[in-house]
Amino acid sequence: MARTVIPFGPQHPVLPEPIHLSLVLEDERVVEALPTLGYVHRGLEMLAVKRDYNQMIQIVERVCGICSMIHSLCYCQGIEEMMGIQAPRRARMLRVVWSELHRLHSHLLWLGLFADSFGFESLFMQLWKIRERIMDLNEATTGNRVIVSVNVVGGVRADLDESQVRWIKDTLVEVEASIRSLQSTIMNDSTVCKRTKGIGVLTRQAAYDLGAAGPMLRGSGVAQDMRQLKYAGFDELNFEPVVETAGDCWARSTVRFRESLQSIDLVRQALDKLEPGDLAVKAKGKPEGEVITRVEQPRGECLYYLKGNGTNNLERVRIRTPTFANIPPLAAILPGLDFADVPVVVLSIDPCISCTER
Amino acid sequence: MFGSFLKTSQVKSPWLMHFDCGSCNGCDIETLACLTPVYDVERFGIINVGNPRHADVLVVTGTVNQRNAVILKNLYDQMPSPKLVIAIGACGCSGGVFREAPNVLGGVDKVIPVDVYVPGCPAKPEAIMDAVVTGLGKLKGILEASK
Repeated sequence: MARTVIPFGPQHPVLPEPIHLSLVLEDERVVEALPTLGYVHRGLEMLAVKRDYNQMIQIVERVCGICSMIHSLCYCQGIEEMMGIQAPRRARMLRVVWSELHRLHSHLLWLGLFADSFGFESLFMQLWKIRERIMDLNEATTGNRVIVSVNVVGGVRADLDESQVRWIKDTLVEVEASIRSLQSTIMNDSTVCKRTKGIGVLTRQAAYDLGAAGPMLRGSGVAQDMRQLKYAGFDELNFEPVVETAGDCWARSTVRFRESLQSIDLVRQALDKLEPGDLAVKAKGKPEGEVITRVEQPRGECLYYLKGNGTNNLERVRIRTPTFANIPPLAAILPGLDFADVPVVVLSIDPCISCTER
Repeated sequence: MFGSFLKTSQVKSPWLMHFDCGSCNGCDIETLACLTPVYDVERFGIINVGNPRHADVLVVTGTVNQRNAVILKNLYDQMPSPKLVIAIGACGCSGGVFREAPNVLGGVDKVIPVDVYVPGCPAKPEAIMDAVVTGLGKLKGILEASK
């Protein structure tokens, strides 16, 4: 059988972002998938030598708009560790609130795009309608819908008053009810199951060996979540990683679905634990030394390596993002699939190309 | 008669194609949010298409870099005239916070002509919808001038 090479991307209706895959096919079956990257590369790690360490917060937030709050959280934690300061308790709890709201809107966004990838457009619209409630919460509490820009070195810059806390809790009750009303469609609907169950299976051992991260790893049965490191305010919150064992597209979407409910629970717990206090401690001196920090993004583990040399500018910023870790497992599960399943499987890793290429 | 029908429908029901040209996703998800129930631009006849040959309006988010400049130019050249280009967000207008980054050429207008600029980081869905409406006014002017 002769082989056909089908170019997939960089501009493709199912891909929100540009990535190019050369798919080598035999009949309708994928034999090999070769990814090509570089369409979103900006080189923003290099900007660390041009901007000072406070201005870099605005840059790292724009590594990826969807999880911007979590990028700046990781960066600020690293700088705080270098300077030997710790954010006050209220600031740490508020960081949990906003980072979990970000995770919630990211997962709803992904579930919608995933539904759209197998042609279930009404589910896509329903999920994005729910998501707009979260965007309203972000906008009302921080002033911006997507890039909320709340982190500063030493704490946060925005506060929640009593009425806002009440309003967030009331909204989350409604959001939770709407998400639960879609549960049977996302998990049990026969058309959804036909397109997702048994497709793109990644075994537990393969996921571990290839270094998968986040829901991709947990969907294959490995209970690893960076929130177990108890950063920010997670040391005081009840939290268990969500794990599924099937390792297919269905398992990955179920992990994300259950995590979105878990995020609602974590926001509630953090809001209950809010006590009056300072929002930020003053950062004195210049960052010096090397530090590695890790946080859990909606897509998995995110690692920052920061190196300061006692000046205003950092010497090196290195960012390792979860999608980068998930590309080798993706390349491993694509061969053997039907061509029609490729968009579903590619989306099931929740690709964030702007994170990967920076 | 067929020509006038086409001209009317191009203004009354523009087909839109979105290309992410090195954006941080912020503007992309706001552009997608325009299509979903809360903002819902489909009620104005605006449809998101994936093929440049079907599109009247090219919506570009993000900065241009060495690699995607060629892709952007190709997409623009494949679209039938008259066409409209909307650059979204601070990055699309000028390069935004990334303008000094090593691999960034600058705004979208470095590669293709831009008709409407939308400021904001990221631009709000209301601003994006306003930009499309403003652009359609311009398109109508071009169509009437070519009669």
